[in-house]
Amino acid sequence: MERIDAVVVGGGLAGLTCAYCLAQEGIQVLVLERGDHPGSKNVTGGRIYLLPLRPYLPELWDAAPLERAVTKEVITMLGQGSSLTLQFTSDKFREMPAHSYTILRSRFDKWLGERVVEKGGFVIPQRRVIDLMKDDGRIVGVISDGEEIRADVVIAADGALSLMAEQAGLRGPLAPRHAAVALKEVIRLAPEVIEERFGLNPGEGAAHLLFGAITPGLFGGGFLYTNRETLSLGLVLGIESFLESKPPLETHRIFEAFKERQEIAHLIKGGELAEYSAHLIPEGGTRPLPKPYGDGIVVVGDAAGLALNMGILVRGMEFAIASGYLAAQTVKKAKEKGDFSASTLALYQTLLKESFVLKDMETFRHSLEALENPRMTDFYPQWACKVLEQLFWIGEGPKERISSTLWKGARQGLLNFQVLKDLLMLRRI
Amino acid sequence: MDPASKLSVDIFKNDQESHIVIRQEICHRCELKACLRICPGGLYSVNKETGEVVIEYKGCLECGSCRVACPFGALVWSYPRGGFGVQYRHG
Repeated sequence: MERIDAVVVGGGLAGLTCAYCLAQEGIQVLVLERGDHPGSKNVTGGRIYLLPLRPYLPELWDAAPLERAVTKEVITMLGQGSSLTLQFTSDKFREMPAHSYTILRSRFDKWLGERVVEKGGFVIPQRRVIDLMKDDGRIVGVISDGEEIRADVVIAADGALSLMAEQAGLRGPLAPRHAAVALKEVIRLAPEVIEERFGLNPGEGAAHLLFGAITPGLFGGGFLYTNRETLSLGLVLGIESFLESKPPLETHRIFEAFKERQEIAHLIKGGELAEYSAHLIPEGGTRPLPKPYGDGIVVVGDAAGLALNMGILVRGMEFAIASGYLAAQTVKKAKEKGDFSASTLALYQTLLKESFVLKDMETFRHSLEALENPRMTDFYPQWACKVLEQLFWIGEGPKERISSTLWKGARQGLLNFQVLKDLLMLRRI
Repeated sequence: MDPASKLSVDIFKNDQESHIVIRQEICHRCELKACLRICPGGLYSVNKETGEVVIEYKGCLECGSCRVACPFGALVWSYPRGGFGVQYRHG
C-alpha cells in the first residue's frame, strides 16, 4: 500500500471526529477499526454534553442519533439499608437544543463513521492494529494484522488502555491508580414505562448517580441513565482502591448487590437484559498525557487520558470529540508545512490548552483527590442517613426536639478535625 | 444473575486462540490473583488439579481491567484479531 496522509487507530468519538475533519479538508485519511463497525467495541455510561461541542461541528449535532434529552438530574446517597435522594429538574433543561443527551455508542459511532465516509474518508472495519512502524525513532505508520500501512501521521484513538501511546513511548502501562473499570447492563423497558417510572415527559430523560454503601470505602459509584427504549445501569470502581478493598469481593458481585438495592430494583423491575458490557475509564483527572504527541503521532480522547470525574458530573465524550477536532486542525497545519515532526505537532497541545478540554481539566484537577477520600462513600453517606433516620422516626416514649437530634448528629459525626479537613478538601471539586 | 448468564445475551465472534496469554511461571508465585476478582465476566479461575490460572477468553468483554490490575505483568494481553471478540449492539 502506498503512503497515505493520516491513519487513525480506533473508530471511537475522537478518532472518527478527527477523520471527519481531515476528510472535510481533503486530506487522505484511513480509520482502522477492529470491530465489525465503528461503535461495536465502544461503551459509555452515559450522557454527552453538547453545548461545548456546538462551535466545533455545528452541522453534525441536530441529525445525530441521540437517546433522550436529560431534563432530570438525580443523586442518591446510600447508607446500609437507607438512602437520601436529591432530584432536580428545570425548564432550562427543556430548552432546545438541549444541553445534554443520553447516548448509546454502538449506534452513535456507527452513524458518525458513515459521516466520515460521506466526506470521503475511509473506514475499514475488522482491522486490528498491533504495532506502530518506527523509523529512526519516528512513527511512520502502523502494522495491522500483518499488513504495513505507511502514513505521514498516526492518530492514536485506541481508547483508555491505549497500547499505541504505550508503544510510542508516551507513557508506561496504565497504572491501577489511573483507571477505573465500569460494568454496565442495558435493560430493555417500554418507553412509556420509562417515562412513567422516572416521571418524564415523552422524549425526556433522567441521569441518576448513586454513591455510598454500594461501594463502601471504595472510589466508585453507580449510574442509571434512561435511553429511548432501554436503561443503562452501571457501576464504576477505581481499580487501585478496589484491589485494596476488604473483604476481597468480585466486581460482578458488587454490581449484583447494587442491582438488588431497593432504590434500583424497583426502577429496573420487569426489564429484560439486552446487553452486558465492561470498559475502562481513564481516571486521569489529575493527569492527562503530559505530551500527547510525538514525531509522526498524535494521541486523542481516552487514549490521551482526557476524561474528568467532577463528582456529580462525569465527562469524557466531549473531550474526545474536541480533541479529535483539534488534532485534525494540527494535522492540517502540519500538512501545509510538510512537516509532521513533534515540534509541529506540538500545536495540538497548545490548541488543547486553549480549548475547554484542558481548561476544564485544570479547573477540576484536584477533584479526584477529594472524591477518592474513602469517607465519601463510607462514613458520610452512612452518617447522613443515620441522622435522617432518627429525625423521621417516632418510637416509644417522647420524641426529642428536631434541633436536638440534628445537633447531636452533628456533634457525633461532624465536629472533629478530620471533617474540617475533608470540608476544605471539598472546595477543590 | 451470574456473569455467565449475562454474557450469554451478548454477541461474540470467537477466534480459535486466546488473545490473552497467561505466564504461569509468574502466576505460580502470585498470592494476590487480582485477575480472579476484577474480571467483570468472572472469566478467570484456578484449575484445581494443575494450580494454573485459566481464562475463558471466549466471553471476554475486552475491558483490559485484568491487564491494569495484574501487578506482575503476567498477562500478555492483546485485543482479539480484527472482526473477532465481543460485538456490542448497544454500547
